[in-house]
Amino acid sequence: MPDHNTEASGGQEPLLELSNVSKHFGGVLALKDVSFSLFPGEIHGLVGENGAGKSTMMKIIAGVHHEFDGTMKIKGREVRLRSAGDALANSIGMVHQELSIVPDLTVAENVFLGTQPLTSIGTVDWAKMNREAKKLIASLGLDIDPTTTMGSLPVGLQQLVELSRVLFSGAQIIILDEPTSALSPPEVKQLFDVLRRLRSEGRSIIFISHFLDDVVAISDRVTVFRNGQKVITEDTVNLTKDSIISHMIGRGSKGMHMGEDAELKGDDQKPVVLSVEGVSDGRSLRDFSIDLRAGEITGVYGFMGSGQIELARALFGKLPLRRGGLKLDGKPVKFRSTAAARKAGIAFVPENRRMMLFRTEPVFKNVSIAILDRIHRLLVKPAAEKKITEAHIKDLQIRPPRTGIALGSLSGGNQQKVALAKWLTHLPRVLILAEPTRGMDVGAKEDVIRIVKSLRDKGVAILVLSTEPETILTLADRVTVIKKGTVAREFSTGHIEKADLLAAA
Amino acid sequence: MSTAEVVARPKFNLKRFLADQLRNIAPVFTLVALVIFFSFASNSFFSLDNALNIIRQLSITGIIAVGLTYVILTAEIDLSVAAVANAVGITVAFFTIQPDYVNIANGSVAVPGAIAIILALAAALAFGLVTAGGMTIIGIPSFIMTLAMMQIANGVSAMLVRGQIAYNYPELITTLGSGTAFSIPLGIDAAGKAMFIPIGWTIIVCLVFLLVGHLVLKYTRYGRYIYMVGGNREAAEYSGVNVKFIIGSVMVICAVCSGVAGMLGVAYFGSAQQNQFDSFLLDAIAAVVVGGTSLFGGRGGIGNTIIGLLVLGVVNNGLDHIQIDSFLKILIRGLILLAALIINVYAQVLKERQSNLD
Repeated sequence: MPDHNTEASGGQEPLLELSNVSKHFGGVLALKDVSFSLFPGEIHGLVGENGAGKSTMMKIIAGVHHEFDGTMKIKGREVRLRSAGDALANSIGMVHQELSIVPDLTVAENVFLGTQPLTSIGTVDWAKMNREAKKLIASLGLDIDPTTTMGSLPVGLQQLVELSRVLFSGAQIIILDEPTSALSPPEVKQLFDVLRRLRSEGRSIIFISHFLDDVVAISDRVTVFRNGQKVITEDTVNLTKDSIISHMIGRGSKGMHMGEDAELKGDDQKPVVLSVEGVSDGRSLRDFSIDLRAGEITGVYGFMGSGQIELARALFGKLPLRRGGLKLDGKPVKFRSTAAARKAGIAFVPENRRMMLFRTEPVFKNVSIAILDRIHRLLVKPAAEKKITEAHIKDLQIRPPRTGIALGSLSGGNQQKVALAKWLTHLPRVLILAEPTRGMDVGAKEDVIRIVKSLRDKGVAILVLSTEPETILTLADRVTVIKKGTVAREFSTGHIEKADLLAAA
Repeated sequence: MSTAEVVARPKFNLKRFLADQLRNIAPVFTLVALVIFFSFASNSFFSLDNALNIIRQLSITGIIAVGLTYVILTAEIDLSVAAVANAVGITVAFFTIQPDYVNIANGSVAVPGAIAIILALAAALAFGLVTAGGMTIIGIPSFIMTLAMMQIANGVSAMLVRGQIAYNYPELITTLGSGTAFSIPLGIDAAGKAMFIPIGWTIIVCLVFLLVGHLVLKYTRYGRYIYMVGGNREAAEYSGVNVKFIIGSVMVICAVCSGVAGMLGVAYFGSAQQNQFDSFLLDAIAAVVVGGTSLFGGRGGIGNTIIGLLVLGVVNNGLDHIQIDSFLKILIRGLILLAALIINVYAQVLKERQSNLD
């Protein structure tokens, strides 16, 4: 670690300072009494679990939220930023995890998006634009032809071009949100070289990441968030990956809670129903393999963007595979459509309710849609559908218990139960659940957990994908950690804690 | 989860009911208002004779509108309906023996009537399959795909008819297109002669199409899939519905409906020639949309289309009965369509706002 960080946290005046900042959303306290400082020429790592408060704080700094308690100072002057443009005017720039690039335009056009230099007659001054873009990119120590199209560059370079756009607009404080999540190891190294160069120019960087190895490698100081509060800010030299994890999850402070640890009971004797063999989609999945066994819940844990969403879609016939294949009961299968996957006995509940439910249609039509071809030959018989739905409503305790009510008028947890119900009339061979309990209240969550476990006991092979370690640890009999589209680690038996998952991802 | 919220049926809420039903109520109101207006504005409008006249004028459009209702329910569009109707109408004439002075396509190919009809239906099917393939296999948006098919169908018409006019069709087509199914006795006129109102076969055919179209949509599994695909295509796909098959099949159904309308149309007009169906595209789309079927898919149906057809028919017919600048009529029709579009989109917004409030 460079030695200037100790002096940075010492006498120097901070470039950015937040004092006692709190933020409410309705009745929910998202950020509680947080103080934070960023010094010139500092790379500051920001870590915490999903919902710990780091994005809320970033949005305050980037001008997205301007209603908050406490003060924010830039170079000692109190400010309240009201928009991203306002933030940029105060030399704060942000590079989001989802890059905001235009793939069909050239590198130079992307750098100068919206601010193209003009000639005297008002046309775009291409020569100047390409020249300036080249200079700017070269100042990051990179050699990219400014006339190539953005889309043809690898993700790592696209990100650096976006970074150069933020720099071009004069940002002194640069917020990077999950910058390494899509990068290969050489690309990460390249990014770090650029960041060190920027630091030596006196710019400050806030580095938000779930990848703790990366945070430890690049930051001068690290701030850890938990439950909307700042736990600690510490020089990185005094931290290790393990000590950061224990700050993140607060181990030892109040004992283990539900979902903080688990006894895995993976049983290799159970027959493999669906075997995923080295699948790649050419983007997010890289040679990923997993076996789903009858009567077992297999959890796949990983950070957002690590390939879970794509994995679920690949198994349900929505995403074509470039390489690798699936075997159902040992026979190779290929699903050309979701209809083909359903017919083969695969069921899928996606992570977002809007993707799977018909809000304006009555509950019974939402339940029966996946089984219409089994219960009706030609004509629909709403009475039969309602009867089936009533049984599910009773089993799953869906409230209010009415089949004819529009689905949109149910609470989120009950909508999620309806989404499950549609696969329960005729048990699937394989059930894929993405984020099955996200955003649900405790009661509904417990109902869903009970339902999923009872399906497991009936012999269904279940795959649970989640970015929340608690969800995985509550449900899974065995766990695979996915990292950048490949298997990072597998746990099949024995004791496992949240820290093990975080450390593996 | 509290148990207090359950069981009790929510009270009837007028505002909610109106928001929910605006798309169904507004067209009926429009129809009633127009009928009342034209009845007072003209002496000749309000009569059984004229009512049947309106329905007869609507029957060809009605057959096209059935297919188009299916397409619009899935949130797609078909701009090729009129051109396909024209091409299929000309095809059936092409396969029928024509008078010597008609020299279409350097000599038409005469075959028995039944085969001519089968060939023409096959042509309609082929148009639909090409559209369906372009949309579902290649992924061309329906707006552009059917625009291309419109041009292609027009091209086929031009090639077959070569600027000529054909007058002969298979007997079945002539009967269904211009024949009288039965007559309704209407009493005795001043001279003591019995009066009859003839009901043409086109009206019967149109009613059959509307009825079958309605039954399929409301009471079959396939109809349910159409509504679900239109309501939320992604959710339908994640429920394992074969969305591509549904989308492709409605395009084929629409092309076949257009084809039948085209065959009856040439007989109804008494001639088969280029561009004679041009006004049917706008009329058919207008009928479906004015009736209240959502342009965003998933809401509406044949019932709506029937009201839409009647609104359209009353406007077209009523404007002929009142003293009005004939050029102004075109403008008025446009304004009525615009008003219907506003209601259509507004009903959707209201509905979505309502379901977000829940």
